[in-house]
Amino acid sequence: MEPIRTFNGRIVALPINDIDTDQIIPARFLKVTDKAGLGAACFSDWRYEADGSPKADFVLNKADYQGAEVLIGGHNFGCGSSREHAPWALMGAGFKAVISTYFADIFRNNALKNGLLPIVVDEETHKQLISLAQEDPSSSVTVDLETQTVTLPDGRGVPFPIDSFARHCLINGVDQLGFVLAQDDHITAFESSHPGRVQTVPG
Amino acid sequence: MTASTPRTLFEKVWENHLVQPETQDKPAILYIDLHLVHEVTSPQAFTMLRERGLKVRRPDRTIATMDHSTPTTPRNTAGIIPVIDTMAAAQLDIMRKNCAEFGIPLYDLGTENQGIVHVIGPEQGLTQPGMTIVCGDSHTSTHGAFGALAFGIGTSEVGHVLASQCLLQNRPKTMAVRVNGRLSAGVTAKDIILAVIAKIGIGGGTGYVFEYMGEAIRELSMEGRMTICNMSIEGGARAGMVAPDDTTFDYIAGRPHAPKGADWEKAVAGWRALPTDDGAVFDNEVILNADELVPMITYGTNPGMGMSITSAVPDPDKLSDVSQKIALDKALRYMDLQPGQSLLGKAIDVVFLGSCTNSRISDLREAAALIKGRKVADSVRMMVVPGSQQVKAQAEAEGLHEIFRAAGAEWREAGCSMCIAMNGDQLQPGQYAVSTSNRNFEGRQGKGGRTFLASPLTAVAAAVTGVVTDPRELSN
Repeated sequence: MEPIRTFNGRIVALPINDIDTDQIIPARFLKVTDKAGLGAACFSDWRYEADGSPKADFVLNKADYQGAEVLIGGHNFGCGSSREHAPWALMGAGFKAVISTYFADIFRNNALKNGLLPIVVDEETHKQLISLAQEDPSSSVTVDLETQTVTLPDGRGVPFPIDSFARHCLINGVDQLGFVLAQDDHITAFESSHPGRVQTVPG
Repeated sequence: MTASTPRTLFEKVWENHLVQPETQDKPAILYIDLHLVHEVTSPQAFTMLRERGLKVRRPDRTIATMDHSTPTTPRNTAGIIPVIDTMAAAQLDIMRKNCAEFGIPLYDLGTENQGIVHVIGPEQGLTQPGMTIVCGDSHTSTHGAFGALAFGIGTSEVGHVLASQCLLQNRPKTMAVRVNGRLSAGVTAKDIILAVIAKIGIGGGTGYVFEYMGEAIRELSMEGRMTICNMSIEGGARAGMVAPDDTTFDYIAGRPHAPKGADWEKAVAGWRALPTDDGAVFDNEVILNADELVPMITYGTNPGMGMSITSAVPDPDKLSDVSQKIALDKALRYMDLQPGQSLLGKAIDVVFLGSCTNSRISDLREAAALIKGRKVADSVRMMVVPGSQQVKAQAEAEGLHEIFRAAGAEWREAGCSMCIAMNGDQLQPGQYAVSTSNRNFEGRQGKGGRTFLASPLTAVAAAVTGVVTDPRELSN
């Protein structure tokens, strides 16, 4: 994965609480066997009419918000299913970060594995960002992963927490699976001292 | 920590599986005892293995089945379950190919052990106390009913487990969910968990592992405990656990993968040491009284929007939090319901009895006992979808399928069916369903479909009356 340090992106607000992964990418799009093309189906049921035409009043369809890279979601963003298709779809739709007051655990893990930044901010900042996005579609923020800061258009820097190991991996392009596989000696030692009871492969 | 420090069930299982402990800047490396795989969340993980030239480290601790994009259409005259969707058929073929190439046992469509991934693990005796179990599915929390630490993971993590049998994990916090007292007639495990989620909200358990405890939990069957643990994720908790006891051991004994003979005695002795020690500390606690519970139903578009079936739909204008008010208003518009309205008497179109929450043999027995001698209302389509081929065979041996058919319900093959609506089983736009499944999100059961989550008894009561009905009216 390409290292991520800092970027500036325009914001768009979808200030709805508890946006579940079924809304981000409905289950009928999960029959794919690769990751490509999910962006077009991102928020499909909110974004398109029954005949497939875009709903004019849905924020992500508005001309002013095309090209936005930072999504401001409501509280508890990404709840529900474990489908990693959710961050794949959001990234396919052009997003590099989602900002909320908190994220569902599995979504947050999945997002971090793919370099989609789940940024948690306090309620006041959250409200401010929603207003900014709604009032001026050209509003942008600068996300700096190294300093863990999101900088608002007024220049105010807001610190955000992020899992330290995930941050290290994203900044340095460290492959997490490679890190685990490098622990092979420890894994083998664990297996020798903890013989499993269950054998799924017959005899 | 000294050996005498009291520990929770979660802490014991967690600490027993640490390949490397968590440090200031690195997560723990947690060993995974059992990895369950299905067709929808695994293809990209196998692709990654191929691209990197990796093998599956422990195919002997991995098991695959087909359930999500799998049709539950009754078999044709040749005994074949027809797959009519070409994308789904391709996904099933890739599952077969991946399992063959990497040496993973597969319960293929139409074979005797196939079923919903969270039904087959316990059924085969693969799910055992004290284990770590993962699957690319958020309802993996189901297996916690056995005192296992079981949670859903994404596809990247599926790849990690396939390649290394390990996961990088930060230690979650613990929450005790105490359910004191005893359930009244007509009130079930499903009502307990819907009440817990209504109380804490859909995000209330975020960052926690639940341990369900108290008299009402101890008195539940394993199926009931699985129903409760299954929906932990609907309260935001990745995992929910119940301490193993004789009910647990009796359920496991004699199953295909259960330990035998002297191994059994040794295993049970180990399992008896797992329950939370007296004096162990939880990070948080929630308490419910089972005596006060009545059948529950959801009215909104997430599982936290639930209430007693006798209550009225809440009014958004009475909520002080603006974002909650907006959310409820949006939900009621989607559901086309009015604040203050009772759901009792609300006409419904479909009843779905199935899913990893409520498709086990005891669910089918309870539902069959209530529907016997009654008829599904003319205006209602009722689908009964057993959780596995084993459940289906057992139900048929007991004649339950004849009871459902005589009532006018459809008796189908095993799978996730209308809970995930990616396999042909789905609601039409605008339809209302009473479902025994776990999610009432917008479009979850089909685009534009509207879901009321409830217990199997409440589902049957709706099926036979054609409207939302308190099942206690029927039982009486």
